[in-house]
Amino acid sequence: MIFDWGYAWDIAPRLAEGLVVTLQATVLGMAVALTLGLVLALARRSHHRLLAWPTSALVEFVRSTPLLVQIYFLFYILPDAGLRLSPLATGVLALGLHYAAYCSEVYRAGLESVPKGQWEAAVALNLSHWRTMKDIIIPQAIPPVVPALGNYLVAMFKDTPLLSAITVLELLQAAKLVGSETFRYVEPLTLVGVLFLILSLVSAAAIRWVEGRLRIEG
Amino acid sequence: MNEMLLTLLRGLAVTVELTVAASVLAAVIALAAGLARMSPRSALAWPAAVYVEVFRGTSALVQLFWFFFVLPFFGIKLPAFAAGILVLALNTGAYGAEVVRGAVLAVPRGQLDASAALNLSRLQTLWRIVLPQAIPAMLPPAGNLAIELLKNSALVSLITITELTFAAQLLRAESLRSAEIFGLVLVLYFAVALCITAGMRLLERRAARGLERGGA
Repeated sequence: MIFDWGYAWDIAPRLAEGLVVTLQATVLGMAVALTLGLVLALARRSHHRLLAWPTSALVEFVRSTPLLVQIYFLFYILPDAGLRLSPLATGVLALGLHYAAYCSEVYRAGLESVPKGQWEAAVALNLSHWRTMKDIIIPQAIPPVVPALGNYLVAMFKDTPLLSAITVLELLQAAKLVGSETFRYVEPLTLVGVLFLILSLVSAAAIRWVEGRLRIEG
Repeated sequence: MNEMLLTLLRGLAVTVELTVAASVLAAVIALAAGLARMSPRSALAWPAAVYVEVFRGTSALVQLFWFFFVLPFFGIKLPAFAAGILVLALNTGAYGAEVVRGAVLAVPRGQLDASAALNLSRLQTLWRIVLPQAIPAMLPPAGNLAIELLKNSALVSLITITELTFAAQLLRAESLRSAEIFGLVLVLYFAVALCITAGMRLLERRAARGLERGGA
């Protein structure tokens, strides 16, 4: 049994279709995670304990339980709750929620690293709490944590194959389908592994480059 | 309801078994790969670096399917349970190798110079000087990795191992009470994660105490 390049070439277009779905899920999921993560981070820092405490508990819970079970949970529960989403939309929501919990921790570190003097200066200038956050604190808090957020983007990319469990036709599911039609799993699954490896290594290099740029500017 | 709980608890036992076995194996792999990667001999350093990059750069689920579906074509047929443990351990071990490397590099260089001055062999330096100082620094990230491993163990349900997530799927097909079943499963995973956190904190405290007594 050796690797058949001709066969690998034949199945490449079908895998490419799966890769497109994988990339879609990653980009959309990250958009949800980045937005919701910031909301969670701000809620967790809130002075209202009724807001801060449940948010911390939620973040801890989401971070300590398997993404796959969270995906199943949403996939089976949402329709019961009257919300009919496509499997891909459900998957994007699950990925987004899971990584929002991680991103909120990253944002929190960024927010805490803003010097206290900035807050005091904003108070001295009589800026409202909202304006201080929006125009003073957040613009300083986010650039230093961009590389950390980038790492979660790569991690999420590597978690998208989990969506195959709820019938999303992404890269891994495409490879499995091809494999089950011909009973030849070597080429499709190996190609998927290699694709993931290349894309992760490239994005890791990109993150390191951004990190270097940030250090020069900062 | 009782029947349901019993099925889930049986699944939980398998999940815990998987997590413990894979964690032990992952710790051994991480230590070996982390140290090998720092070796001046490239015959050791290179394979370790490739292993770490490959397993950190690809998806855990893809690795699992590759071991389960592709290896048989090369004449290596692993039972599902063994494949599950092996992939979980190899995946976590790759991340652990970086933890080991970071902790060992953080040991002050003077310690190595002092060991050389005392004419200790390389192995003695490693076992008696470097590792005892590096291990306390490895424990907190190791705890996080153990929780990651627990979470990844849900993936092996997709290669038909009857652990907690698989048990939940079986029950759901029978009873269609998805909300209760998957809600309960999430809580069970969370409880195990809390146990891991508590256990690691205990270990960290012991390791810190050992360092105080041994050092300075």
